[in-house]
Amino acid sequence: MSAPPRNRLNPNDPRVRALLWQALVLGLVALGTWYLASNTMANVARLGVASGYGFLGREAGFQIGETLVAYGPQDPYARAFLVGVLNTLKVAGIGIVLATILGTVVGIARLSRNFLVNRLAAGYVEALRNVPLLLQLFLWYGVLTEGLPGPRQALEPLPGLFLSNRGLKLPGPADDPTWSWVAAAFGLGVLLALAATAWNKGRQARTGKRLPLLPITLGLLLGLPGLVMLAFGGAALDMPVLKGFNFQGGVTLTPELAALLFGLVTYTAAFIAEIVRSGIQAVGHGQTEAALALGLSRGRVLRLVVLPQALRVIIPPTTSQFLNLTKNSSLAVAIGYPDFVSVANTTINQTGQAVEGVAAIMAVFLAVSLSLSALMNWYNRRIALVDR
Amino acid sequence: MSLRFSTMTAALMALGLIGMGGAAQAGPTLDAVKARGQLVCGVNTGLAGFSNPDSQGKWTGLDVDVCRAVAAAVLGDANKVRYTPLSAQQRLTALQAGEIDILSRNTTWSLTRDAQGLDFAPVTYYDGQGFMVNKSLGVTSAKQLDGATVCVQPGTTTELNLADYFRANNMSFKPVVIEALDEVNAAFFAGRCDVLTTDVSGLAGIRATVATKPDDFLILPEVVSKEPLAPVVRHGDDQWRDIVRWTVYALVEAEEKGVTSANADEKLKSADPGVQRLLGAQGDLGKLLGLEPQWSHRAVKQVGNYGEIFERNLGKSTPLKLERGLNALWLNGGLMYAPPFR
Repeated sequence: MSAPPRNRLNPNDPRVRALLWQALVLGLVALGTWYLASNTMANVARLGVASGYGFLGREAGFQIGETLVAYGPQDPYARAFLVGVLNTLKVAGIGIVLATILGTVVGIARLSRNFLVNRLAAGYVEALRNVPLLLQLFLWYGVLTEGLPGPRQALEPLPGLFLSNRGLKLPGPADDPTWSWVAAAFGLGVLLALAATAWNKGRQARTGKRLPLLPITLGLLLGLPGLVMLAFGGAALDMPVLKGFNFQGGVTLTPELAALLFGLVTYTAAFIAEIVRSGIQAVGHGQTEAALALGLSRGRVLRLVVLPQALRVIIPPTTSQFLNLTKNSSLAVAIGYPDFVSVANTTINQTGQAVEGVAAIMAVFLAVSLSLSALMNWYNRRIALVDR
Repeated sequence: MSLRFSTMTAALMALGLIGMGGAAQAGPTLDAVKARGQLVCGVNTGLAGFSNPDSQGKWTGLDVDVCRAVAAAVLGDANKVRYTPLSAQQRLTALQAGEIDILSRNTTWSLTRDAQGLDFAPVTYYDGQGFMVNKSLGVTSAKQLDGATVCVQPGTTTELNLADYFRANNMSFKPVVIEALDEVNAAFFAGRCDVLTTDVSGLAGIRATVATKPDDFLILPEVVSKEPLAPVVRHGDDQWRDIVRWTVYALVEAEEKGVTSANADEKLKSADPGVQRLLGAQGDLGKLLGLEPQWSHRAVKQVGNYGEIFERNLGKSTPLKLERGLNALWLNGGLMYAPPFR
């Protein structure tokens, strides 16, 4: 028995009706967007504001305090934008790594059977996640700039390490070819350590025996560069020296970056800690008991049995926290870290092209967030349960 | 533009959606201000001598008085002003978006800004950018600032002049750029920066009001830019621009003619026809602007002439202790000069 032929445009057919409604809503959305866009363009034209991204090629004229690539006021706006994007990526990248580590440690500490440890962790989570981030940033920035002495009275806890309200100054690698050999040795160490781990895994599968992996990895990662340095008779360091107003040379961690990183990391870690705790608690207790019954130590139960299963619960909400951290980095503008929003805001004020500037900010954050999200989704699929 | 709007209107009407559309263009600013019964004035979030709320939340300052004079001229009451505090970055967008009727917020007149949909009224204060340092650094000239860390607000001509000055003198510097004025000042006084830079009048104000020991701080002698500070209106409403422009000129002219807030009433009967025309006792200058004949009389009587405004907010008797300098009348060697009122 075959179905009767359906009239394709019959409005009584629920499927046709649903399509009609969808088409209507889509049309309204498109029309509304068109209305707003054409109105904006007409208004901008009436006010005599230039439009388009022609300004990107013009000289920016302003200086930026922290740059990863060479930049000066004579460079075009495009390069200033690049500096801003890189500064945003730097904060987001370092922040995500540190927040993950701190969040995991605090989350596990909340489940500790030690009363003091789990209460401290709980107190940390509640205090940090219930105070607005902007206030925390002002607090850290205030502590760093008001609490530390000026550069001429800088603290020197270790030789060559200076702490002042201009930031933390560390000795950096000087312009010396030895450093490239040291870097090459470190790269080789990483490769060998990965190979050793893989080999050890295979060996364990075959024989059930394990080598103590930690000393081997540490030896490869630190020992190889150390040997190279010894072979070359040491590498020159660029020491920070107080000259004029401030320290010259060395590597600097500015109070702005430090306060922003500290604020973002401690705040986001509080949320990640709760996600990690809930993820671990989502793994059935029977799993732990079974693993203990097999004679595994508590640390290995956590690492080999509980965490791999907990990760499936942890990863999706943690992705949101990573995205939040990235977006919250735009609060940098309040404490003077030159992130992309700060650079774009200055550009808007100098060119008057607010629509283009805001569109650029949105595009950059959208691109960063979508890439991060894609990466995390890929990882999530990788660790997901495989149906066999 | 009208074509574009009418096709849009037609398209919306076809969908029965008309009535939700926000008009693309507000009516002339004067009508809007009169209908509202209030002037919306964009001011600084807090700059001593220019726009600063006092302990009762009442706004005072030279920029505030300009708004009060415009309100007196247009609405007859200097108190019919609503102040919108704006950061340096928000101010131009707020004006272009129509959130405020007039921007009176120590804004530098420059070609780029004038050409990007804004119109500048006459200069109300001739300023210049300077540098302030802590005396303990032992610096006496801006030429000695190589390698210094400089606190500056973003999105200002100040930021550009700073970079230009150091470039021209082949010196390097590190900027610390913070959006909120309070936070910039806090960073400077905490010692995060060696130098604070903004307009000299601003530095004097900050030193007088924020520093715990004003005598510890030195404003360096170099003035590195021209900063003519002027009220700003949107481009395209010529009548409103003329009203703001001539209200400012009326304040200057009143000082030149010796009309003050105290004697404005008796000066209505002055024998000088120039004074009579200025105060609207004779002629129809107010009507030409679309205002009532008493417009300028009200402005001067309620707010005072330019000299009174200057002395009250910035002069010798205030903590800022600024000289008239370039802001004296042209008769006294300054730049304050009003075109003829006729």
